[in-house]
Amino acid sequence: MKCQQCEKPATFHITELTGPDVEELHLCEEHARTYLTPGEPVDSPVSQSFAGVLAQQMQLGQTTEDLARLDQQACPICGITFYEFRNQGRLGCPHDYVCFESELEPLVINIHGANEHMGKRPKREKGASQQQTELIRLRREMKDAVSNEEYERASELRDEIQRLEKEHTGSSDD
Amino acid sequence: MKLEDLTESSGEWLRGSGPESDIVISSRIRLARNLAEYPFIRKATDHDRQAIEEAIHNRALADKKLKKVLYLNVGELETVDRQFLVERQLISREHAESDGARSVAIDHRETYSLMINEEDHLRIQVMHSGLDLESAWDKISKLDDVVESHLTYAFHERLGYLTACPTNVGTGMRVSVMLHLPALVITRQIEKVFRSLHKISLAVRGLYGEGSQAMGDFYQISNQITLGRSETDLIGQVSDVVPVLIDYERRAREFLMNESQKDLHDRVSRAFGILCSAKTISSEETMHLLSSVRMGINLGLIDNLRIPDVNKLFIHTQPAHLQKLRGIELDTADRNVERASYLRRYLGNLGRGDSSEVN
Repeated sequence: MKCQQCEKPATFHITELTGPDVEELHLCEEHARTYLTPGEPVDSPVSQSFAGVLAQQMQLGQTTEDLARLDQQACPICGITFYEFRNQGRLGCPHDYVCFESELEPLVINIHGANEHMGKRPKREKGASQQQTELIRLRREMKDAVSNEEYERASELRDEIQRLEKEHTGSSDD
Repeated sequence: MKLEDLTESSGEWLRGSGPESDIVISSRIRLARNLAEYPFIRKATDHDRQAIEEAIHNRALADKKLKKVLYLNVGELETVDRQFLVERQLISREHAESDGARSVAIDHRETYSLMINEEDHLRIQVMHSGLDLESAWDKISKLDDVVESHLTYAFHERLGYLTACPTNVGTGMRVSVMLHLPALVITRQIEKVFRSLHKISLAVRGLYGEGSQAMGDFYQISNQITLGRSETDLIGQVSDVVPVLIDYERRAREFLMNESQKDLHDRVSRAFGILCSAKTISSEETMHLLSSVRMGINLGLIDNLRIPDVNKLFIHTQPAHLQKLRGIELDTADRNVERASYLRRYLGNLGRGDSSEVN
């Protein structure tokens, strides 16, 4: 007899008497252990619930066409597509939180039950972070300009990059 | 300071002191941070990863307020050394096993470490022995300030600190307390406790974090939510529940002492006996037996061994620690023999009243 949850032979035969009906379970050692110790999650509870929530979000109120269109949307800063994020569960850059805001919002609320940060804040001036994130786009464009042999454009971009880089590091160094 | 200097000690979190240290092993806080000017790890090029390492190393770690850190290039370490750092909880398993430029800075007392290019650009963690979350927060917030004075973090006015995974956004903080709960396991109450913790969105993990089994009856309780509550609130949520768990565990121990002291004494003594005399022993069995012995000491059933000794044995009998102490690589079978021999030597010397360092 095969395990009810995988291809391995069932070596554990459990008769469950707690429910309204008597239930017979045939499981391999591994799945029997998981079944008998429900309090010990095999995978991280965070990633599990995250994957679940993500799948749920993506299917709710969206047709296949909508989803296909959404999947192709890409972040102008780092280039990650929504499809990549949906698959990997990891974002590509800070700007993704801005450009995928409406898609991420329900997900964030589902995970945290809130959508507003209440804690510590960096001491730097507001907007410093967003300005620095521009560097990701500029560096990417410079790389492209170099490989397309657009050297004048590349040199302009390099100056812009250096200006931005200086802006936030000079102040606090000893 | 070199990596080798860490081998002989057992690290801050296993020091075995601090408030409630018979049940609470350690308190740990970690913060996830990213630099605003680079893509998250998922989209970072090799060049980006190197630039991130350099920025953190050359600017933040050069700060005079951070003294005596051991800086290690994790990618260049031998497998056994990476495993050693995981056992010591100075780096995560993910950090040990991933690819690409990544490193770790470790304070000489092992009270904090900074992982660079883990899931986020920077993961700062502080570990204290016993139940001590308030001072751990104080410490980590100061470390965070030092780093932030040199670098611009990815931060969103409404969403807070931005992280590669939306599960960490906001505070980027994970607070965890490691507890030793053998009596709740013996009395089969542990499942009930976990279910009630899940209901108040606290996570329970084994000794080595995500996905690891609960070895040696060690459990880590931590927050799941990172957004919408302040750091102090999140810490409060964990600190409020820990005394309840301590109380449950103490009552379960009391129950066992009242109802079946003979059985318990027998269990503890047998465990001690096997540890003192086995010729070959696995890591799992060692953890299991040490757990009984640890509880036995706390209940006064064993008197020639101290908690710091047991904590030290817990860590020194882990696979990579054993190999580092022996100075050679060993396969599983040889490790089991070496582990048994290490235990016999250590416990044998204690029996002769010599409780000094044994190696």
